[in-house]
Amino acid sequence: MSNLNEKDWPLWEIFIQSKRGLEHKHVGSLHAADAQMAIENARDVYTRRQEGNSIWVVPASAISASSPEDQGAFFDPADDKAYRHPTFYTMPEGAKYI
Amino acid sequence: MDNTKLEELFQAKVDAELKIEPKDWMPEKYRRNLIRQISQHAHSEIVGMLPEGNWITRAPSLKRKAILLAKVQDEAGHGLYLYCAAETLGIGRDELVNQLLTGKAKYSSIFNYPTQTWADIGAIGWLVDGAAIMNQVMLCRTSYGPYARAMVRICKEESFHQRQGYEIMGILARGTAEQKEMAQDALDRWWWPSLMMFGPSDANSTHTESIKWKIKRQSNDELRQIFIDRTVQQAEVIGLTIPDDKLKWNEETKHYDWGEIDWTEFNNVVAGNGPCNKERLAARVKAHEDGAWVREAASAYAAKRSKRTAA
Repeated sequence: MSNLNEKDWPLWEIFIQSKRGLEHKHVGSLHAADAQMAIENARDVYTRRQEGNSIWVVPASAISASSPEDQGAFFDPADDKAYRHPTFYTMPEGAKYI
Repeated sequence: MDNTKLEELFQAKVDAELKIEPKDWMPEKYRRNLIRQISQHAHSEIVGMLPEGNWITRAPSLKRKAILLAKVQDEAGHGLYLYCAAETLGIGRDELVNQLLTGKAKYSSIFNYPTQTWADIGAIGWLVDGAAIMNQVMLCRTSYGPYARAMVRICKEESFHQRQGYEIMGILARGTAEQKEMAQDALDRWWWPSLMMFGPSDANSTHTESIKWKIKRQSNDELRQIFIDRTVQQAEVIGLTIPDDKLKWNEETKHYDWGEIDWTEFNNVVAGNGPCNKERLAARVKAHEDGAWVREAASAYAAKRSKRTAA
């Protein structure tokens, strides 16, 4: 494989887990020649104050996203289903722990 | 949908305080304005490393050296957050860097002033970062999502920058007569350029759309006034004098009245004729060229590693 030109270094999306037990959260992105360098750069750019204990890097090109134009139609199946929420239900007065 | 309709929907979103995200439709001019503003901001972080870098080797103690190194490293990080935010608008990193290195893009004029004494490092942290923070706190609520998120990260990191500078000034002001004089001299030189950082006064500002599109949330003059009100009090606490003989508390407005900015000087530095414009750009170009082998080596190493994994 030939060397990537510096200006073709891919963009990596960076996800950081701030504490054991928590989810990895998107924090931003950066350019790097490969995944290992992306992880090392992410450490320097996004965890200078102990913000993280684990880092995921994902090539930005590998992410597929829903499209904002279709947002309404795409998410509206959930609009009329209030019964999916616990507050939909009437509980008798005095019932405990429910 | 035609553009008028799209623009109405866009403005409705902005008015409803919904953030605009990279894939959303946006007016071409909103995109252009943002690219200009975010990239200027990024360039300022990068060039901003130079005046302070000047003092890393000469910081008066190991503690101050470590602090200054950490601060300069933060500025590099801030530049990177901002470049990435600009890239979400469809411009490439190499193009952004090129615009800086060829002198096509602007950066904050404040970095075209020299750092002559150690007290200048105090003044920069206290005043320059202090003024920048005013602007950045406002930008945490800017309408473009990636810019707002970058600003939140930056603001979290920036407050130590201002405090370490104010601490340096306070220590010098409590020191020997010469040290106090050095602190006062730095304040005298940095005060007016710091006020200029807020940009032209509202009467002469050309970016009215910025407010309508909620890129900016407060005007230059509003932010400048808040900065003055806060800083005058801080100067009093450490016994330094703001170099403005028109400075006076106004009981009616509950703000300080103050003198006049020398806009000729401002325009002159913006036009490229400040004390250090040429030196700063030359230093950036040199750093970029001298760093070429590092980038090449990183590419070569990545290629080698990928070959090894494939084998």
